[in-house]
Amino acid sequence: MVLLKLLGVLFVVIGFIRKWDTFSTVVAAGIITGLVAVFSGDIKFMEIFEILGKSFVNQRQSTIFVVTVGIIGICERYGLKEKAKDLIMKFKSVTCGRLLSVWLVIRQFSAAFSLRLGGHVQFIRPLILPMAEGAVSAKHGAVDEKDADEVKGLAAASENFGNFFGQLCFMGGSGTLLVASTMTEQGFDVDALQIAAASWPIFGISLVVSIIYFLLFDMKMKKKYGIKNN
Amino acid sequence: MDPKIYNPILSEIFFVICGIVFVANAAKAFKDKENPKSKTTGIFWILIAIPFIIGKYIPYTLTGFIICAAAIISATGGVVRTKSVEIAPEEARKNADKIGNVIFIPSLVLAFSAVIVAATGIVSSNNAIGVSAFIGAVVVFIITKAPPKSIVTESTRMIDTMGSVSLLPQLLAALGALFTSCGVGAVVSNLVGVLIPDGSKFIAAAVYCIGMALFTAIMGNGFAAFAVMTVGIGIPFLISQGANPIIVGALGMTAGYCGTLITPMAANFNIMPAALLETKGKYSIIKAQVPVALIMLVIHIVLMYVWAF
Repeated sequence: MVLLKLLGVLFVVIGFIRKWDTFSTVVAAGIITGLVAVFSGDIKFMEIFEILGKSFVNQRQSTIFVVTVGIIGICERYGLKEKAKDLIMKFKSVTCGRLLSVWLVIRQFSAAFSLRLGGHVQFIRPLILPMAEGAVSAKHGAVDEKDADEVKGLAAASENFGNFFGQLCFMGGSGTLLVASTMTEQGFDVDALQIAAASWPIFGISLVVSIIYFLLFDMKMKKKYGIKNN
Repeated sequence: MDPKIYNPILSEIFFVICGIVFVANAAKAFKDKENPKSKTTGIFWILIAIPFIIGKYIPYTLTGFIICAAAIISATGGVVRTKSVEIAPEEARKNADKIGNVIFIPSLVLAFSAVIVAATGIVSSNNAIGVSAFIGAVVVFIITKAPPKSIVTESTRMIDTMGSVSLLPQLLAALGALFTSCGVGAVVSNLVGVLIPDGSKFIAAAVYCIGMALFTAIMGNGFAAFAVMTVGIGIPFLISQGANPIIVGALGMTAGYCGTLITPMAANFNIMPAALLETKGKYSIIKAQVPVALIMLVIHIVLMYVWAF
């Protein structure tokens, strides 16, 4: 009977794997677990909705970023992404690993400062990847298919590394707010500023690890293909 | 949070503003007559707006039912994107050339003013984001000279792009609370307890971080994993042994992201972009990310053990 309480957890897992509608999957998982608890006598039926409603109202803080999105929207309309593209274009003549490192630094800092620059569609495909491929062929000439594929993988990775390891440093980010809200709901006195501050060590470490990783790729290319003389 | 500076009335004002954004998004949906789902989409966002605007003044049970009603609309595919004023690439390019690099300033103001306002204790950290939004709005209007109504049209455009997923963090925090009330955390911790010898802080940190990464990899979503793992493992095995909840929470979340980097389940980040970049292998991006993800996971475990206790 006790293990049945995990049905809700199982439901979330299956729902996310099967790509069911996220909003209703989460609500349904809560109700399923609630029903099991009703049958085992932990709570009363109406309490399912009371707890759901109460914690939803108490956790409105997690959605506070809604007050900021209009500002970002206006910035986008007035050329935020275009100026970021202009900035990265200044790094045309560096190696592939260095270019990806520069992009990573821009991407990760922008995630930490709410700038929301980036995206595989808007930056990697039209800008970063062509520049990275250009850098490889300028330095090393033509490379084999496997290495060409690795360049693509690394370009996409630079976007993901920056996004994931930077975003918690912004106190208004949804991940940051989720961590703070969950901890508060469980009875710990934690706020978003503290979570953001505690996320800087990982920001720094991941930046160093990723940059070393990108520069190792440069060395691998140099060893395999040598440097092309112009 | 310092209770002296926390101002619940100010918080309510910011939540009402969030509610108004949702109402505006509903109005936009109702106006989009050509869209067959315009009515259901509009009703969904109205339902969501209610707990934000009057959630403190109506019975919680009613809010519970409202969320269930919204979930039913969402489950039946009733929530869609409606017509927004999209940005034409030429328009953005022209504006960018005219305005230049100062366009970076509003976002920076947003981030820095929130930190400054919170750190100096003018308002609580919870309210700092709302205050920073006001400062950011003033700055963005001075810099861009955008028409005043654009704060509404841009807000609804952004919210509509994100869709109901924008409510996911809040919903998952609520799910975590419901799980706890129903005793799910206790069940998980009993099961996991077998793995963790009494009092071994290092193994507890390792199980929590690896658990976060694995669970995130299975579900493709770190947010959902966080609620479950923190209630089931993070709190009983780390925080109750004296670990700092701030550090456990912050590192737990990014440990989960290490899992996001290695899973095809996170299709938006790893699979869709592979198609977009026309990689030879479907998993080329994941392959490129595995070494960094694993190194970072090990670093998370060690850092949590050393720093949180």
